[in-house]
Amino acid sequence: MTKQRFWQAHLRLLAGCLVVWFLVSFGCGIVFADALNAWSIGNVPLGFWFAQQGAIYGFLAIIVFYTWRVGKLEKQLLESLAQESEAGDGVSTP
Amino acid sequence: MSLQLLTQLVVGASFLLYIGIAIASRAESTGDFYVAGKGVHPIANGMATAADWMSAASFLSMAGLIAFLGYDGSVYLMGWTGGYVLLALLLAPYLRKFGKFTVPEFVGDRYYSQTARLVAVICLIFISFTYVAGQMRGVGIVFSRFLEVELLTGLLIGMGIVFFYAVLGGMKGITYTQVAQYCVLIFAYTVPAVFIALQVTGTAFPQLSFGSGVTGDGTPLLLKLDQVVTELGFPAYTSGTKSTIDVFFITLALMVGTAGLPHVLVRFFTVPTVRDARISAGWALMFIALLYTTAPAVGALARYNLTTTMQTGDVGAPAGNLAYADRPEWFKTWERTGLLGFEDKNGDGRVQYYNDKNPEFVAGPATDYGWKGNELSVDNDIIVLANPEISNLPDWVIALVAAGGVAAALSTAAGLLLVISAAISHDIVKGMLKPNISDRRELLVGRGSAAVAVVFAGYLGYDPPGFVAQVVAFAFGLAAASLFPVMLMGIFSRRMNREGAIAGMLTGLLFTLGYIVYFKGVFIEPMAENVASNWLFGISPEGIGGIGMLLNFAVALTVSRLTPPPPPEVVAMIDDIRLPEGA
Repeated sequence: MTKQRFWQAHLRLLAGCLVVWFLVSFGCGIVFADALNAWSIGNVPLGFWFAQQGAIYGFLAIIVFYTWRVGKLEKQLLESLAQESEAGDGVSTP
Repeated sequence: MSLQLLTQLVVGASFLLYIGIAIASRAESTGDFYVAGKGVHPIANGMATAADWMSAASFLSMAGLIAFLGYDGSVYLMGWTGGYVLLALLLAPYLRKFGKFTVPEFVGDRYYSQTARLVAVICLIFISFTYVAGQMRGVGIVFSRFLEVELLTGLLIGMGIVFFYAVLGGMKGITYTQVAQYCVLIFAYTVPAVFIALQVTGTAFPQLSFGSGVTGDGTPLLLKLDQVVTELGFPAYTSGTKSTIDVFFITLALMVGTAGLPHVLVRFFTVPTVRDARISAGWALMFIALLYTTAPAVGALARYNLTTTMQTGDVGAPAGNLAYADRPEWFKTWERTGLLGFEDKNGDGRVQYYNDKNPEFVAGPATDYGWKGNELSVDNDIIVLANPEISNLPDWVIALVAAGGVAAALSTAAGLLLVISAAISHDIVKGMLKPNISDRRELLVGRGSAAVAVVFAGYLGYDPPGFVAQVVAFAFGLAAASLFPVMLMGIFSRRMNREGAIAGMLTGLLFTLGYIVYFKGVFIEPMAENVASNWLFGISPEGIGGIGMLLNFAVALTVSRLTPPPPPEVVAMIDDIRLPEGA
């Protein structure tokens, strides 16, 4: 993995996480809250639940997921950079 | 032992703890003073961030605010937690990788400009001072309510404590006292919440009490609450009265503002690695969520409790309301403090608590019942303060709530004072005036400016100029419109340059400030009535920071395309902060 591909993969991961961030709060908690209130979760109207509880749990889940995924990405990058420099050393040594 | 003595003992003991920690973690160098030597464990930093973040307003007022706003109160819950996602994903790790001491320093280096750094310092000091004045006032109020001392005495004690550990310990001292303060405040918040949830719904977890049946009836709490409050002319608890677009933009301004607040950002400079910065943001949100998922439950439970205490029988029945002579003990306690008030408008000796701002209800049912106006005045803060007494908890719990309120206010005040002093000693003195100053002298200047800032904040808290109280709620909008966009673009756009950043910051700041002044009249008379029909797109001054942010982005992107790109060494720096350590 090159530095450039690392950054692109990282941006895709960020975009995905931010879409979920937007959906759990602004989506389910605000824009679609009235529509979601037709359903309920444990006797609580769903839109209201997202606005006062669900969104916060969602935020936590996003940070945990992101930290785990980006950790894997960084590890891949560092491993391939290490291999590259070993290979590179081989060439530069006469 | 009297409650007052017990409270003084508990609060006094908590102060001894903070002072002990401050002595144990004195700052030896500027690195210790600004960023705690970059050696804070991510979990400890998470707790410190949570205490730093949760102010007297979160601890004392938020549950009450939600209790009376219902669904509309969600803006605070989502707004003040969602910003941590932005912090963890978009800002904190990169600022840690940048690896210096302050937020303006990042702005100055990234935009290769002392002007940009100065604009950032001005934004930072303006936001932090308005915010800290509210905290110092919170300290004074908690003291005067619980310990029955004068506001000024309370304020002086609070200032003395903050002075001691902020000036002596700097960031290192603050971090570990904040860890202790978090433990005190979360314990003090959740214990009464658990008991009130048990009392009203029989569920030990406040978070689950929304859907649990209320004691004696079995109807789920929220359903019952909607029923009870609408019968009295209030809007239903689960549906708001604010427009969707306004709720959307207020939430956006609060979220983005959270991510742009300098005293929160600087906490992520203190951990050892970039990975720790992310982990730490997760822990911080986890610790904050403990309080923020409890608060809405406390709000709903307390609203139900309060309403049914006053409305004991059927609405409209002559004997359906609480007779004033039979009022419970806590009613009397809080009446004395003025947080709860009763005025017998129709002279029947009973408490009528209903919505007399609802014209249909006043003209219809209220007139039929012979009600002559709402007779109960309730202060928001009472919801948290009176909880232990309403649930008949022992005195030590009440004492603990007082200590928790003080901890929440002190921890936030200390964090803010430190970023102010760092901006003065590191960004202005070392960065602009005397670049060759020695580490020891810089530390001395840092301590001196922290001391001056404490005194100035104390003065603002004692005698706040009228505008402070008004502006404090807008600190978020200003942070969202000024600091957040330049930092975000500084990391994610390699093309963003000095000219674009300065133009963007100024546009966002001036637009947001102008809109607030236009409707709220800071220093001058408001120029238009603050009602929805006058607002731009129906967005209130509280939410306008969201539009300010979008304007900042638009102006910065346009200006940067028309002016020369940043120099190669800056582009190299951007490339570097995007990569993990060791790459």
